[in-house]
Amino acid sequence: MIWVRKNLFSTPLNALFTVLSLTLIALMVPPALDWAVFEATWSGSNRQACAGRDGACWVFVKARFGTFMYGFYPDPERWRVDLAAIVGVALAAALIVPGTPRKGLIATAFVVVYPVLTYFLLLGGIFGLVPVETAKWGGLMLTLVVAAVGMAGSLPVGILLALGRRSSMPVVRGLCIAFIELWRGVPLITVLFMASVMLPLFLPGATDLDKLARALIGVTLFTGAYMAEVIRGGLQAVPRGQYEAAAALGLGYWSMMILIILPQALRAVVPGIVNTFIALLKDTTLVLVIGLLDLLGMIHAALADPNWLGFAAEGYVFAGVVFWVLCFGLSRLSLRIEAKVNADRRR
Amino acid sequence: MTLHTATRAFVSTLAVGIALTLGPTSARAGETFDQVKQRGMLHCGVSEGLPGFSNPDDKGNWKGLDVEFCRAVAAAIIGDASKVRFTPLSARQRFEVLRARDIDILSRNTTWTQSRDTALGFDFVGITFYDGQGFMVRREIKVMGVKQLDGATVCLNIGSSTELNLADYFRANRLKYTPVQFERSDEAFAAYVAGRCDAYTTDISGLVAQRSKLGDADAHVILPDVISKEPLGPVVRHGDAEWTDLARWTFYAMLNAEELGITAGNVDELKAKSQNPEVRRLLGVEGQFGKNLGLSEDWAFNIVKQVGNYGEVFDRNLGPASPLKLERGLNRLWTEGGLQYAPPVR
Repeated sequence: MIWVRKNLFSTPLNALFTVLSLTLIALMVPPALDWAVFEATWSGSNRQACAGRDGACWVFVKARFGTFMYGFYPDPERWRVDLAAIVGVALAAALIVPGTPRKGLIATAFVVVYPVLTYFLLLGGIFGLVPVETAKWGGLMLTLVVAAVGMAGSLPVGILLALGRRSSMPVVRGLCIAFIELWRGVPLITVLFMASVMLPLFLPGATDLDKLARALIGVTLFTGAYMAEVIRGGLQAVPRGQYEAAAALGLGYWSMMILIILPQALRAVVPGIVNTFIALLKDTTLVLVIGLLDLLGMIHAALADPNWLGFAAEGYVFAGVVFWVLCFGLSRLSLRIEAKVNADRRR
Repeated sequence: MTLHTATRAFVSTLAVGIALTLGPTSARAGETFDQVKQRGMLHCGVSEGLPGFSNPDDKGNWKGLDVEFCRAVAAAIIGDASKVRFTPLSARQRFEVLRARDIDILSRNTTWTQSRDTALGFDFVGITFYDGQGFMVRREIKVMGVKQLDGATVCLNIGSSTELNLADYFRANRLKYTPVQFERSDEAFAAYVAGRCDAYTTDISGLVAQRSKLGDADAHVILPDVISKEPLGPVVRHGDAEWTDLARWTFYAMLNAEELGITAGNVDELKAKSQNPEVRRLLGVEGQFGKNLGLSEDWAFNIVKQVGNYGEVFDRNLGPASPLKLERGLNRLWTEGGLQYAPPVR
């Protein structure tokens, strides 16, 4: 009671807001729950199962779940996607959980072996795996591939660009500034469009370059430009004394950066980096404009199936939930990393 | 705008220039044809989702009228209707992707217009679907024709010719209207259903698809007036006449098959037993009509056997056998009062 009075009804204005919010919740939550849970249809395999019910038809999501997750990836080969996902999650979990032995080895496996493994696992063509061309990739799997490659690629690109922008060599600095400003000044949709449509017109040989590969390069460079500015912020936060101390120790440029400056700079901007990652994860839905059907694209396509017309709400709610889970996960992960790398200077 | 026109003019001049330089090529020397044959795979651009025309089913297989046309082309050339790689394309990028040779054929509910056929540098293969812009209104407002819609609010989606047709038609008939525009057709239709507009306009095929979503479909009528011609058909690059011929005769084979009563079910029997010279020519029993196209003699047989005739394809994707239950209308054969007419195989 005391807590309620102190926190919710401390002033007349607060009391008014409390009453208003409670009314709003009372008005909105029950119908939403009714729609999503109580009146919803969960079992069945076609739209007839949902006939005559007012609530959501989750049968739609259930029937379409395979295509939402894997796109057009052939059914008998889907275990490869699952395997890649499980190995990825297991390695990441091993790195995050405190007290795992041999973290160095696991980290190397995650950064070096895992991408190669995933590449061959998904694409096939060796070790007797049936080749699956990237045109068949889609759904959540494609979303994650684009996001993961974008994240993994943009970090090194961003670091190099940030260092280049602060370089004392005018040509390097000029090029880096030009690159960053060019890519930040163009919308991602334009970048993707250029990468997929215009590139083959300019470079006749590029027709052979996979459409997904073109998009991945576009996404990586685009995110790299943003990443560069985030990391530059971190570099500026490192006190000048650190540079001078490193120089006084006789360290060259790269040793100074790798051993002294970057560890401090990156640790300062973990939230900024994760912020860029989250933005990237959500921006991946834009690959739809170049005809790559990611999770949202597959949902759009499913909404055009004559057998499933009119379940847009269910589709979008599902997409929203999946994206929220992924982004929330990333943000919790970022908090963990932050707490860990800043353990020495917690205030 | 002038720059844009200049670019287009440049591109088409270039295309014509190249075509002239190469001169008349011998039959069966089509560049696209050779590529497809060598690849053993047809690259086909389709819509990223349009009910009845192109959409993936629950298993991730592409379905629809536009999709099946590409399967028919693959059946004719490669002899296997499954040898198609479908590239879903948005309306904005479709022409650039075709021009960039990422796809061999664009089968994506594209309206045949003079400027697309000429200035844009493409060729239309034929009209696989006669569509046109129509209106849906609530039955209760008792409107019988578009001319009674003076002063109405109309929901529509932006970025297509729908907008222009609507403006032209209402201006020509001195009618007033208030457009309410949306990015996606689903949003426009939802707004109409919610009562924000008196009428909803898009192509008839779209109206039927949207109406099938409603629980109370009978409360809405599609007005009989059609205010535009929207002939939809597959598109190929201009300047590859052999390829255009091949795509065109794939379509004609499907129409002729329906006219002659050849279906996927009876094609084997007819090929073996039929005495009808037209059937025998189409199915490659007589003559060398496959050779004229650079194909094997069972080209049309493969189309009908693996995909079906035009009527079968229409029925299962748009017509009575589909949830859309669209009337054949103008898409009936000419023998049944429609516009679908194919030249004979002779």
